[in-house]
Amino acid sequence: MDGEPMEYFIQQTVNGITLGSIYGMIAIGYTMVYGIIGMINFAHGDIFMLGAFAALITFLVLTGLVAGFPVVAALIVMMAVAILMASLWNWTIERIAYRPLRGSFRLAPLITAIGMSIVLSNFIQVTQGPRNKPIPQLVSEVYDVFGISISLKQILIVIITVVMMTAFWYLVNRTSLGRAQRATEQDRKMAALLGVDVDRTISITFIMGAALAAVAGTMYLMYYGVAVFTDGFTPGVKAFTAAVLGGIGSLPGALLGGLLIGLIESLWSAYFSIDYKDVATFSILAIVLIFKPSGILGRPEIEKV
Amino acid sequence: MKKTFISALALAASLGVGSAAWADILVGIGAPITGPNAAFGAQIQKGVEQAAADINAAGGINGEQIKLVVGDDVSDPKQGVSVANKFAADGVKVVIGHFNSGVSIPASEVYAENGILEISPAATNPVYTDRGLWNTFRTCGRDDQQGDVAGAYIAEHYKDAKVAVIHDKTPYGQGLADLTKAAMNKAGVTEVLYEGINAGDKDFSALIAKLKEAGVSLVYYGGLHTEAGLIIRQMADQGLKATLMSGDGIVSNELASIAGDAVAGTLNTFPPDPRLKPEAKDLVEKFRASGFEPEAYTMYAYAAMQVLNDAAKAAGSNDTTAIAEALKAKGPFKTVLGELSFDAKGDVTRPDYVMYEWKKGDDGKFTYVQK
Repeated sequence: MDGEPMEYFIQQTVNGITLGSIYGMIAIGYTMVYGIIGMINFAHGDIFMLGAFAALITFLVLTGLVAGFPVVAALIVMMAVAILMASLWNWTIERIAYRPLRGSFRLAPLITAIGMSIVLSNFIQVTQGPRNKPIPQLVSEVYDVFGISISLKQILIVIITVVMMTAFWYLVNRTSLGRAQRATEQDRKMAALLGVDVDRTISITFIMGAALAAVAGTMYLMYYGVAVFTDGFTPGVKAFTAAVLGGIGSLPGALLGGLLIGLIESLWSAYFSIDYKDVATFSILAIVLIFKPSGILGRPEIEKV
Repeated sequence: MKKTFISALALAASLGVGSAAWADILVGIGAPITGPNAAFGAQIQKGVEQAAADINAAGGINGEQIKLVVGDDVSDPKQGVSVANKFAADGVKVVIGHFNSGVSIPASEVYAENGILEISPAATNPVYTDRGLWNTFRTCGRDDQQGDVAGAYIAEHYKDAKVAVIHDKTPYGQGLADLTKAAMNKAGVTEVLYEGINAGDKDFSALIAKLKEAGVSLVYYGGLHTEAGLIIRQMADQGLKATLMSGDGIVSNELASIAGDAVAGTLNTFPPDPRLKPEAKDLVEKFRASGFEPEAYTMYAYAAMQVLNDAAKAAGSNDTTAIAEALKAKGPFKTVLGELSFDAKGDVTRPDYVMYEWKKGDDGKFTYVQK
């Protein structure tokens, strides 16, 4: 070993937190939709991938039009377009594929969700091609802090995650929109009787989930520099796992779950064989669920009478 | 009514295929037309199509015109087997493919049972021909030859360096990494790290921190350009100044577009560029005139069709077992790769791998240059 053991540990923790922040941001979308209508939106991972592609295309258009577009401005525009596109898609999917099936038997929306996931990834494959689409390095600064290398990209990802999470926490807990969401979550029929527009609230929930996924997609593109149509799958599964680990339906749980999975992955890789990284992650998930079936921060299901 | 109509259609369809098989010889192109390796699939397809057109123009194989059928295996072994079954049902006699060793190996068993000859322009895993099937041939080299070349190069140039061996857990990637590891171990270089990663992963930050911690200066990677490109890019991100060395799987312009400027100095073993061979001059010009750059596997696919044609002529028959016998016994055959002859297993008798380095060309684009 060349470096100090402590520095190595912190370096791997930094890597894990960055990855975990992205998982956490995607996981919020799974958990919010599950919380409000009790279904798993399997197309959410592909909404994330679609967000990454929207950001990629925006970047190419921007740099094509104006040479030397400022990086910060480019990132903001990329994120805005990604949010817009992903929200529009997720809203449409909810409207045409999930809403007509609400009240149908439980498996129907699950199957359409899987169908939508396939539709989205194939749509991107056909329209954007099957190859990896690279973009040049947007942010390349790397800082050396006491022997630990932290890139500006990693700092940006963590900061944006914190900002987005705070904004969401405020939205859900402090605004009338959030109140309507929580009411719909607790009892859809009663909320409707008390004047909450349930359909609109559900639509907005999908839009909010998609917006976060799009931000995560833009970050992902910036961090790794490539996007490909299959990108929705692995991060989607990992984020879904994060949502379950943290307690599905719980917003802080989704973030916590994401961070935990990111940390397990990088710390396992740091000290044990990388071959068994995913085995480790899912074993820990299984163990947690055996002892705490509702996840770390999830509330146990209470039968509503 | 409806039922009889459908069965009439089915009958007509099966008759259609049947009658085509009478006058023509059906050749299947088994390659990843879509999916992460589509770039290689396109090279194989272009090579075979051009060869088929040229052979047909010269009168076909023993007078039978070549008819091509394309099967998209998406680099997936399961998909490859279903493509193989479809080829068998369609009456395909010869398959040029597949690209991936992991696809070629299970598919070849389906072909063997159905009397179909398989000539792969790209499957380099030794297992492909080592099982002793009657029908497996390749115009490319074998991984163990690449492993020997890479191992010798490491022993010569990186004798005292810290070397890591990484692979993507696929038959091709791990096979290549293990063979290189064996060759370099034999020459006295022991790796400090041996790890497998998941093909399709994007985040290699943990791996790179580990490499950095171990003070690695040469990473031997068994796998394809998508992950190799990301590893090179992320090594630069984390400030790890190490060289990546790999095999023919990273040879694609996409490597440079994913890795960016950090690709400079990357090493890979690859056969001497078939485009530079004097035999290939006319064909390369023909491809370029049509707006297609015949990279990597294009010429190997073209040569696969040439040996098929010549062996069938030498055998005086289009019977696949007779062609297989002739391929092994009646060489050498003149191809765009030079003269090729096959051993009893179906491997090309002469190993041809050399070391390449990625450098910036005069046009500002990165490309691999023979060392």
